[in-house]
Amino acid sequence: MLDKLQDRVNANPGLIRRGRFVNATVLIEVGPDPWLVRFVDGRIASLVKGPFVMATWDFALRAPAEAWAGFWAAHPRPGFHDLMALIKRRALRVEGDLQIFMANLRFFKEVMASLRAGAPA
Amino acid sequence: MKARLEPVVGRYMNLDLLGRPHRLYFEEAGQGVPLLCLHTAGSDGRQYRGLMNDPAITRDFRVIAFDMPWHGKSSPPAGWHEEEYLLTSRDYVRMILDVMDALALDRPVVMGCSIGGRIVLHLALEHPERFRAIIGLQSGAHVDPYYDLQYLHRPDVHGGEVCAAIVSGLVGPAAPEKERWETLWHYMQGGPGVFKGDLHFYKLDGDIRADVARIDTSRCPLFLLSGEYDYSCTPEETLAVAASIKGCEATIMDGLGHFPMSEDPARFSQYLMPVLDRIRAAKT
Repeated sequence: MLDKLQDRVNANPGLIRRGRFVNATVLIEVGPDPWLVRFVDGRIASLVKGPFVMATWDFALRAPAEAWAGFWAAHPRPGFHDLMALIKRRALRVEGDLQIFMANLRFFKEVMASLRAGAPA
Repeated sequence: MKARLEPVVGRYMNLDLLGRPHRLYFEEAGQGVPLLCLHTAGSDGRQYRGLMNDPAITRDFRVIAFDMPWHGKSSPPAGWHEEEYLLTSRDYVRMILDVMDALALDRPVVMGCSIGGRIVLHLALEHPERFRAIIGLQSGAHVDPYYDLQYLHRPDVHGGEVCAAIVSGLVGPAAPEKERWETLWHYMQGGPGVFKGDLHFYKLDGDIRADVARIDTSRCPLFLLSGEYDYSCTPEETLAVAASIKGCEATIMDGLGHFPMSEDPARFSQYLMPVLDRIRAAKT
């Protein structure tokens, strides 16, 4: 699923414009699988699947695969429909330099939701 | 081209609140039973634009919404630039009663959402005789903080952007795009630190868990309506409040989130109208 992230984000000019000041590397864990996503000026410059030895990242989003699957459903159930909902339920952990995450919260919510079934490609 | 004018009228009032002069903005539409509406944290009275433009409601109800001090078109009190805004239960209750007195509202129905849905529980507990009926939207007795509130007000995070982004998921997924983004725009327009100051009441000062069971609905009817997609005040939390208060009625609204009157006024009115009909029929 996450392998589609680069194409989904980079094909969305509005999303890139909103993220134009985002230069950061984000670790995303889907259950046991880690991915490193490097954003440059709002675009995804690289997307690499782990495992990693000594990965460097700015912040991490870690959730069980079932939580992400619920979030990416075309019509998510209550509690699965937003990153903050997952955080409130302790299903998603956000760690690291949260200033980047919070200063660009709409952008990162929309980046992750771009993988939602039926989301515009 | 001829403009279509809405029946909504806005005015400013000058009054003393909490011992200081204030200039407050309020809007109203309709006639009949006064229905005083309280907006959510970090937003303003525009959240009730749908109700004020709904003839089925304004035919029998005078819908009134004021912007709290620091919110919308209301000013903060003089001297605000040296203060940290922090809302407390005591001040919030006092403000509502003083606005009622200033507008000469005789036993209105009061309806509040989120922080407004919390403060109406305080009103039900402390001042039931002042109201004809009380409606709580997204009412819970307490909400634990689930993110670091400091991010809502610091110079390296844009306050308007982050406040809207924090609450964006609280809008139900089926909400019409126009109303969803209007709702979020209000959050983007809030003053620095105001949403955070409101949440001081919502998450810290206004915890009413220990007292909520003492609400006596024989003194004033209490209706609770909550959207199923709200993860700030969850349906479970509303149902827990209702279960602890004898005679309190709660309804969970399918598909709606934390801002029912603003995010999807048409869907919300399907749930509100039966409550208003019963209040009108009771003629208390």
